[in-house]
Amino acid sequence: MSGEQEALVEYLLRLGDDRLVLGHRNSEWCGHGPVLEEDIALANISLDLLGQATLFLRLAGRLEGQGRDEDALAYWRDENRFTNLQILELPRGDFGFTILRQFLFDAWSFHHLEALARSGHSELAGLAAKAHKETRYHLRHSSEWVVRLGDGTEESHRRIQTSLDELWPWTGEFFWQNEVDAGLRAAGVAPDPETLRAPWESMVGELLGRATLAIPSGPMRMTGGRMGRHTEHLGHMLAEMQIVARSHPGAKW
Amino acid sequence: MNGMNSVNGQRSTVNGTDRALEILQGVMDPEVPVLSVVELGVVRGIVVTGDAVTVTITPTYTGCPAMQVIEEDIRAALAAGGFREVTITTVYAPAWTTDWMSSAAREKLRAYGIAPPHVVGHAPPVPLGPTVRRVECPYCGSSNTTTASEFGATACKSLHVCHACRQPFEHFKAF
Repeated sequence: MSGEQEALVEYLLRLGDDRLVLGHRNSEWCGHGPVLEEDIALANISLDLLGQATLFLRLAGRLEGQGRDEDALAYWRDENRFTNLQILELPRGDFGFTILRQFLFDAWSFHHLEALARSGHSELAGLAAKAHKETRYHLRHSSEWVVRLGDGTEESHRRIQTSLDELWPWTGEFFWQNEVDAGLRAAGVAPDPETLRAPWESMVGELLGRATLAIPSGPMRMTGGRMGRHTEHLGHMLAEMQIVARSHPGAKW
Repeated sequence: MNGMNSVNGQRSTVNGTDRALEILQGVMDPEVPVLSVVELGVVRGIVVTGDAVTVTITPTYTGCPAMQVIEEDIRAALAAGGFREVTITTVYAPAWTTDWMSSAAREKLRAYGIAPPHVVGHAPPVPLGPTVRRVECPYCGSSNTTTASEFGATACKSLHVCHACRQPFEHFKAF
């Protein structure tokens, strides 16, 4: 595999892992939503994210050429091989925490996928354009709730502000980069992550302002998700997600 | 066929293609059984060589669980129609859009009680924060409706309520 091909596989794993992990976290709401409509909404969003993860991981496996399909990548890699952003693996918290995290991710993903839809790698561009359409819809939904809860009752405001205080320091990782990004940017395959910062900050800043929420000013968290370093939460989540596949290898249902 | 790509570079038997198309027009979306997979815009190309057929499809939503059923239904229908070799290939670009749905297909949805999608055209900017969307009621035609949920029983639908005829209804999302 050439260096560029290796970088692309790594990049596709990131795209897939972000969506697999967030999709799984959101799916934990199934049967526990605050109202039936939101239960269905979160299940639908999870389904889209898992569908996107399938496409990105499948392509990663194919380009890697070692016979691993999307299921092998999802179920048979250990925690330190997952390259998702740490913010996405945090426990789901209350509904406000989940929907605010979804909004912060959607706003980043919206700009990220938009840039990737112009990628010089046509297959990646096609998948990104498709995922972008779904992200638009998610963004509309998550942004609605952030305003409704932030500019809502005293309690909803207080709780979602607390969630913002908790989540904000993790958002720095959206713009983390290493030689994988640099190589793919030089090859015209992926954008410089830094170019996503201004549009993300502007979209998020405007919406949080409307939601009467204050952006915390403290320091950002440590990063490392892209390198396989995770919080204590991911291992627990994966244990649950992977147990059936690992207990019954090759099972079909 | 509305919005279908032309398939180049392979010899195709015209009569065979017509026959395959006719068969696929009888394969219904398992979730919305008034629309065929052709009307839905999922079938993007048909190439027939002798008694072998290759059908190119594209998924509606990436995670739509009905896609597997649709694939199996297409395979079974073509096999029953006399094609000995059925190959299905999946493409993701251009991304599926409800704009490929013909006006006749939209009318079928309305008659079935599902408000059809409006034309999206070029992707408009995303309205952030709470918005009011008034989808026309498929039963009485009133626009005095509210959105009950942006997400419905399937990935492709949202839920609404009509205040004129007091009927809840589904809307096939414009996507």
